[in-house]
Parts: sequence; C-alpha cells; structure tokens
Amino acid sequence: MLKAIVTVMLKKGIFDPQGRAVQNGLESIGFDMVKGVRVGKQIEIKLSTEDKNAAEKIVHEMCDKMLANPVVESYRFDIVEA
Amino acid sequence: MNWGVLLFPGSNCAEDCFHVVDQVLGEPVRYLWHKDTDLGDVDAIILPGGFSYGDHLRPGAIAHFSKAMASVKQFAEDGGLVIGICNGFQILTESRMLPGSLLQNRGLKFLCQDQTLRVENTQSPFTSDFAEGEVFICPIAHNEGNYYADPETIAEMEANGQILFRYSSPEGEVSDATNPNGSINNIAGIINRKGNVVGMMPHPERSADEVLGLSDGKKVFTSMLKHLSAIHS
Repeated sequence: MLKAIVTVMLKKGIFDPQGRAVQNGLESIGFDMVKGVRVGKQIEIKLSTEDKNAAEKIVHEMCDKMLANPVVESYRFDIVEA
Repeated sequence: MNWGVLLFPGSNCAEDCFHVVDQVLGEPVRYLWHKDTDLGDVDAIILPGGFSYGDHLRPGAIAHFSKAMASVKQFAEDGGLVIGICNGFQILTESRMLPGSLLQNRGLKFLCQDQTLRVENTQSPFTSDFAEGEVFICPIAHNEGNYYADPETIAEMEANGQILFRYSSPEGEVSDATNPNGSINNIAGIINRKGNVVGMMPHPERSADEVLGLSDGKKVFTSMLKHLSAIHS
C-alpha cells in the first residue's frame, strides 16, 4: 500500500492572514529571525496500489478536482510506503 | 413563478430564504435536496448560506460535487436565475459558475454585523429595483468572505459591470476603511458574464422583511421576480 502526503498552500502573492498571525505570535515571543510564515494544510491519503506512477497520476487528479482550488491554491505531494 | 431553495447538509439560512419568497413575495417555493438530480419546474434557484458539509476542506468545496449542483449548472446554462448567498456564493465559485474565490477574512475573525452596501449596477435581473448608486444595509455573517480573483479577471469584471455590490460607508464611500474582510475592490457581490448567476456574501434575505427593521434586501428578490414575470408574460 502507498500513501500520498499532499501539501496545499495559498499561492504566492495571496495574503495569508493566518500565516501573518502566526508570524506576529512568533515575533512577540522573541523569535526575531522570523521573516515570513505561510500556513497550509497536509492531507494524507492511503492508496490501494503498489504502482507509484499510477498513484501519482491519480493524486494529481484528486488535487486538480477537489483537494486544491487552483484559483487560489497550489499543491505538491510525495508518494511513500504506507 | 416557481422558486427552489437548495438544501445541503449544514445549510442554515434556507428557512429565511424560503420565508422571503413565500411570505414577502407571496410566490410558490419549495426546497430542493442536494441528492436531487431532477430539480423539477423551477424558474429561480437560491443557494442559501450556512456551512454545507461542515465547510470541510474549503467552504463549498464538497457541495460543489453534490448531484443537485450538476443540475443547477445545467439550469444556469439554460438561462435560469441562480443566486448564491454567503455559503451559496462560495459554492458557486468552487463550481466555477462564478470567477474568483472567497478567502479567509483578513482580520481572521468571523464577522457578524450590519453592513452598508453600495449598488454598482442596476442593469441586472437581480438589482433592477435598486436606484443607481443606492446604499442600503445588509447583514454579513462569514469567516471566508474575502473575495479574490487575479488582476486580469478583476479588470474584466469591472469593465463588464459584473460587480453588483461593494462594501461602503453609510454615505456610499468605498475605501479600505469600509472594507470589512479584505475583498479586492470592496467586492461584496458579483454576477456572471451571461447575467443570470449571482453570488453575494451579505444576506439580503435577512433584511427583506419590515418586521426585522431592515427591508431593502427585498429588492434583490423583487428584481428577480420582475425579471421572471417579464420573460414569462
């Protein structure tokens, strides 16, 4: 069995208020090295296949269709052993 | 005219919409269910606010794949009037029936307040009963109402008069100070290019009955009725 680990982020240039709030929080407790924070989400999907190529193809399809909204989000993923 | 209010698991403004059509307009209305494929004989469809499918993944993202939405798309392609309010607007952008997307409010807070809107275009089936540049109060209640589209899309929509409502001051001034959620160009409501599908974050159904003290939102529904009556006469 394989597992897809999908990361969905707001596209570059789109303001991420949650990331800004986290950044402000980190700065306020003294992490003055912080220069930017973006918050996204991770989605893990177990797949009933051993074929990595097939898995990649199907996960792309899932992302394009539902997991990410291409108007505002980008995605990337890794396929690993479950 | 026959109106339909589409119910998803998690819709919570459907009864208000139903009430406005039934009691304020005095028109026949019924609920449509998200599993319906045949929407029956309807002339206008309202996608109400709420938290369809718990807002999971993204607001509207799951509702977009419901059986009924495929029929709503077909209904709109055939020229039927569709209005999505709040979560209904989010469903319409997720379905690509309207351009852009609704992001989280820039202030990170759920906003629940009366809001003044300025009417930007009265030449639509949804706004013809408003006066040019009219300012009215319409409540907002959302966490993801921050309208975004890429600059080319925004320019195209502005040029085509697709912006119907903007967040404004009571005097009708539109500025960053009158923008509650960070929406580009203070956009509160838009219409598709074809002119039969509208999405708006504010709730006209909550300001459509005299008993509530706010009734200008009614004009959205009376405009729709006027349009439907004209094409059916």
